[in-house]
Amino acid sequence: MKQSNDLYEVFLRSIRGVDHRHVGSLHADTAEQALTYARDVYTRRSEGVSIWVVKSTDITASQEQDMDSFYDPMDDKPYRHASFYVLPDEIDNM
Amino acid sequence: MSDSGQAIFDRRIEAEQKIEPKDWMPADYRKNLIRQMSQHAHSEVIGMQPEGNWISRAPTLKRKMVLLAKVQDEGGHGLYLYSATETLNATRDEMNAALHSGKAKYASIFNYPALSWADVGAIGWLVDGAAIVNQISLQGTSYGPYSRAMIRICKEESFHQRQGYEIMIALANGTPMQKAMAQDALNRVWWPSLMMFGPHDSDSAHSGRSMQWKIKLRTNDDLRQSFIDQTVPQIKFLGLELPDPDLKWNEERGHYDFGDIDWDEFKRVISGDGPCNRDRIRHHKKAHDDGQWVRDALEAYHQKKASASAA
Ligand SMILES: [Fe+2]
Ligand SMILES: [Fe+2]
Ligand SMILES: [Fe+2]
Repeated sequence: MKQSNDLYEVFLRSIRGVDHRHVGSLHADTAEQALTYARDVYTRRSEGVSIWVVKSTDITASQEQDMDSFYDPMDDKPYRHASFYVLPDEIDNM
Repeated sequence: MSDSGQAIFDRRIEAEQKIEPKDWMPADYRKNLIRQMSQHAHSEVIGMQPEGNWISRAPTLKRKMVLLAKVQDEGGHGLYLYSATETLNATRDEMNAALHSGKAKYASIFNYPALSWADVGAIGWLVDGAAIVNQISLQGTSYGPYSRAMIRICKEESFHQRQGYEIMIALANGTPMQKAMAQDALNRVWWPSLMMFGPHDSDSAHSGRSMQWKIKLRTNDDLRQSFIDQTVPQIKFLGLELPDPDLKWNEERGHYDFGDIDWDEFKRVISGDGPCNRDRIRHHKKAHDDGQWVRDALEAYHQKKASASAA
């Protein structure tokens, strides 16, 4: 017997208009099955209005041990933030 | 009996719920969104050109890094907006072709040259300032992917206007020549900034329906007035002359009155006859064509991988 072996990541949209957020994962044979499982497992209390399921193997992820080379160039650029620019009080609501 | 797509759509708009890509939507709603969103995306991307010209000529290393970061953000904003537009089944190639043929428009302000360093200050302060007024309102637009792109963009915009105003403060408090340069930039950038909000409500071709569909939540004139009201005190703080002799506080209205906008100029520039229209499109085409070798290399790599895994 074939094992229900594919791992799917589950994303839920809690209310209309907001982004889907990752809530967890589950095993299923097909995407359709993953969707119904996700409904049973992750929305028993009506946590969502829309579910996305994505095969885990289809996700390409950066690794935390690569953080230095990946994000290091961002660390010395405070001028990307509004707070870098000190404006007089009269104008500071800009 | 199940409701028609139209009835569900109408109810959602009425209840101020978002419309998402897989929902049924009227063909004209989709068309209108593609027009507005792709125009918005093109504006972000073409908008990199006038400021980009000054990256190599910024007066200090600090200003250069700041300007580079800002222009980089605008490229990112274009990407968010193109991607959001693609959720409506418009392809990037179609949008690019429409930009190149002149069928798709972009904010007319970017067809003016940035003549001096003060223009970089005035653009950040006024052009980004005007864009922010519009974009804050669009965070509430009825199309989900557009709304979420706007929320992200507004967060990133916060430094654009401040860095521009900081440049203006420095120049306005500098030598008489620097102050004159700031005044000249304000005078030139002011009117095209007001035009960014589009024609008067009474002349705006798309406004009525866009408001009904809650794609737009505030009218062109309403947004323009907010921008003027918030900006006049900022001009005064700089100690610069007002760029319009008719700019006067109207006690009764609780708003600033202002002079007539030259709509003939607006029409001329938006339909292709501004000072830089041809340059902007030529440059965009060239940048696209110059990148062909990258796309070719990607395609060759893809082919090689495909035949390797087939073997
Ligand atoms: Fe912009
Ligand atoms: Fe932007
Ligand atoms: Fe910006």
